Amino acid sequence: MSLDFTQVTATDLGRHYGRRKALSQISFDCHAGEIVGLLGPNGAGKSTLLAILATLLAPSTGTVTYGGHTAQAAGAALRGRLGLLGHDLYLYPELSARENLLFFARLYGLGDAARVVDASLERANLADRADDQVIGFSRGMRQRLALERALVHQPRLLLLDEPFTGLDQASAATLVTRLQGLQSEGCVIIVATHDLDVADGLLSRALYLRNGRLVHSDAGSHGLRDRYVAAIGTA
Amino acid sequence: MSDFFRIAWLVVRKDLAVEARSWELVSTTVFFAVSCVLVFAFALVEDGRAVGNVAAGILWVAIAFSGTLALGRTFERERQTDTLRALMLAPADRPALYVGKLLGILVLMAVTEAVLVPLVGLFFQAPVGDRPLLLAALLIAGTIGYAAVGTLFAAMLVRARSRDVMLPILLYPITVPVIIAGVRGTAALFQETPNDGLAQFWLAMLLFFDVVFVTLALWTFEPLMTE
Repeated sequence: MSLDFTQVTATDLGRHYGRRKALSQISFDCHAGEIVGLLGPNGAGKSTLLAILATLLAPSTGTVTYGGHTAQAAGAALRGRLGLLGHDLYLYPELSARENLLFFARLYGLGDAARVVDASLERANLADRADDQVIGFSRGMRQRLALERALVHQPRLLLLDEPFTGLDQASAATLVTRLQGLQSEGCVIIVATHDLDVADGLLSRALYLRNGRLVHSDAGSHGLRDRYVAAIGTA
Repeated sequence: MSDFFRIAWLVVRKDLAVEARSWELVSTTVFFAVSCVLVFAFALVEDGRAVGNVAAGILWVAIAFSGTLALGRTFERERQTDTLRALMLAPADRPALYVGKLLGILVLMAVTEAVLVPLVGLFFQAPVGDRPLLLAALLIAGTIGYAAVGTLFAAMLVRARSRDVMLPILLYPITVPVIIAGVRGTAALFQETPNDGLAQFWLAMLLFFDVVFVTLALWTFEPLMTE
């Protein structure tokens, strides 16, 4: 049942909804220990691409392979190695923080779910609010909890859609540190974000999307805003 | 196989825990079902006696309508926070997720029926206590068939813009055989002299529909849920 990979490869990916093309001819690969940014204006296709990489959406054309395995062939075993933090946070507001994490930990078949969840709550700085219903949490607290939900099973590929939304500076800095920690542990991280200032210095590589097409990619640790303007036209 | 039921149980337990905190579905579904029976009682009961043999039909209409409400709201919850995507992303058999959602809806519909049946007996002088086991069997079998199709469609439509309109349009035509079998079987029990043989025939039909609908739903859930 266990499956692992160190490389994700997208080849000629396309996705259309009727006659509208959301993605067209996207090809790239990323490796363990990389943080790859998906950058582009609204409607560029970033969330669609993340949904395809998360196996939630089937591409109309092209393939994605995870260390040689396709989503169709690897199925549930592959899904167990993927973590997704979407724009919606995938949390049950009526349940407490602990109940949310326990539910997902058990869904992923983790043996010592209670211990894993305690550690996750500590990392999210929510141990003192563990038994409070999520409905009473601020956006930042929910975001931190949702990140732990996405990471509870230690995924190899982590997909993040606007992870800095609603976070104050301190929480954003903590998230950046957490992602760098995961990077050093060999996680493949793909982040779709508009927050160029926070992402600057975090990304190993940036992929620039516009109108569903990959228009440019570059590597570099700084000057992201200038690189974005050069690739897309406006920040 | 044990993993299949473990996942299904996790989903049921989660759904019941969410409902226990909000009481949203139980209260709205029961309120709707009771209102439905009351409206029919005002229209069809004269001088303390029901006009014709309508109790069975009213019982099943109330079950079907309140069931549709429950199905829609259950998946609306998953849609609002997009948690259905998180469920689909889990390394679990997707049919197990379906079974979990189905069982949660069955529990909810059973609670509604536990209120409805005595109410129908009271307002329409239906002999609901004469053949309790056979009546329970008809209700359980009919509810499973109805909810099996409804759970599949409600999950499938969760991201459709017109889901509230589409659910009954898709659900009612396909579940008509279940409703007819339920009504005819229950009506056989509600006669002055209950006809056990006829009720058992319709019960067998309902069990047949259950097998067909549950099998089809388990078979099609995964491909239908992949966008």
